[in-house]
Amino acid sequence: MTVMTKPEVLHVAPDAIEEAAKLLYIRALKILPDDIKAGFTRLDASETDGTAKAILATMIENIGVAERTDNLLCQDTGIPIFNVEIGRNVEVDGWALKQAIRRGTERATKEHPLRSSVVHPITRKNEHTSCGAHVPVINIDFVEADRVLKLEMIPKGSGSENGSFLQMLIPADGLAGVKRFVVDAAMKAGGKVCPPVIMGVGVGGTSDLCMHLAKVAATRPLGSRCADAEGAALEEALSDAVNSLGIGPQGLGGDSTAFAVHVEVAATHITMNPVAVNIQCHSARRASATFTPDGVAIGF
Amino acid sequence: MTHHVLHMPCTEADIRKLRVGDTVTLQDTLFGIRDATQIHMFDHGRRTRFDLKGHAVIHTAPNVRKVDKRGTNDSGYEAICVGTTTSDRMERFTRPLMEREGVRIVIGKGGLREESQRAFQELGGCYLAVIGGAAALETTWIEAIEDVDLDDLNPESLWRFRIRDFGPLIVAMDSHGGSLYAEVQQKVQDRRAAALAKLGVG
Repeated sequence: MTVMTKPEVLHVAPDAIEEAAKLLYIRALKILPDDIKAGFTRLDASETDGTAKAILATMIENIGVAERTDNLLCQDTGIPIFNVEIGRNVEVDGWALKQAIRRGTERATKEHPLRSSVVHPITRKNEHTSCGAHVPVINIDFVEADRVLKLEMIPKGSGSENGSFLQMLIPADGLAGVKRFVVDAAMKAGGKVCPPVIMGVGVGGTSDLCMHLAKVAATRPLGSRCADAEGAALEEALSDAVNSLGIGPQGLGGDSTAFAVHVEVAATHITMNPVAVNIQCHSARRASATFTPDGVAIGF
Repeated sequence: MTHHVLHMPCTEADIRKLRVGDTVTLQDTLFGIRDATQIHMFDHGRRTRFDLKGHAVIHTAPNVRKVDKRGTNDSGYEAICVGTTTSDRMERFTRPLMEREGVRIVIGKGGLREESQRAFQELGGCYLAVIGGAAALETTWIEAIEDVDLDDLNPESLWRFRIRDFGPLIVAMDSHGGSLYAEVQQKVQDRRAAALAKLGVG
């Protein structure tokens, strides 16, 4: 790793980003974050349905098998998403960073090897690189933290991604419309999205921002809360409601439909009331690399 | 609830014995099939050289590694991770799989719908649920990738796996009109009003 530091500025070299991108893609596919493992333990303890309990036990067994055999948790290598958070006093070549993420993704796919799940949307041609136009998805944001660059990798599975919903509700539909939309989305998704899930809900913004908020919510660690108080209250109420439906693990019935419902909010227009749902399956995979003056820390 | 061990290929009589809620372990042979495989077979008129009569197909597209062929019954691919994808997208292919190819068992996750249920009932077939996302475990039930057809569609090729103790799988849709998914969906529909009331929504 070539992280060079001066006292006041963190330099992150493209080569280090490329290595990290490759490592994170493979790691994310193999090791489930601790918060998701804890989520399984919690659901297993509270589940009352026999079939559901047996299914949860198989999922928990699979987490152990993946780690012991150094194998992928799920066959779906997903659409690779990289979230980059750049703190203050960080020097990085942004264009080179994007190319490095792409190279790291391609190398993970060829060198492991991994199934490339990415095709051209019209020709359906698979280049066997996990890359294509605008893929990997790269989101870059700037944060206040000093001399920190965080690279988060999310292999987003398609079974749950197909359970995505957006509706441009109107003000007269109120919060009641938002709640009804979320319950109905859970019902439409049913067992197709590989429950137990993390249901991500976006409220407000523009149509595209609303959908993005839903993705941010769906991929947030379990135990994290919406920073907005109204959004946080909605999370609890919606979690209770969704889990009262009885969809259960794999849609075969039970209490464990969602680990949680997460909500993210953005300001919206006086004429608008948009709501979006994006769902993360039980293989809620993430991996991250945090670059600081002390080096690179690999985690979730 | 009964546990059954089925050696593939099987007969209609074998299938008619299965009831929703039973469990099944499969032995010997399993074919892997997916969206593109079936789009090409049934929409584009392509045929496979494999005989699928009486066999089971699983909705999958595995992670594989190219290796040197070791004699016969070797595809030149080694399985890295074999899992299961959501079946619902392939709903309309259940009947042609059964009518044209003679398939008896579809394995997947998340279930199929009414038209598949009718095909299972009329033609003698069933849907076995495997736990989605438990692919590392599922891979331990695969002994080898014996052969592959339509491989220009890789990873959505038509794969022939040699399996050992593949399961237990849950009989989720049987040949008598039973479907655990339909049962659960009805219960969920019945609970919708109460869930909305919890949220203060009429």
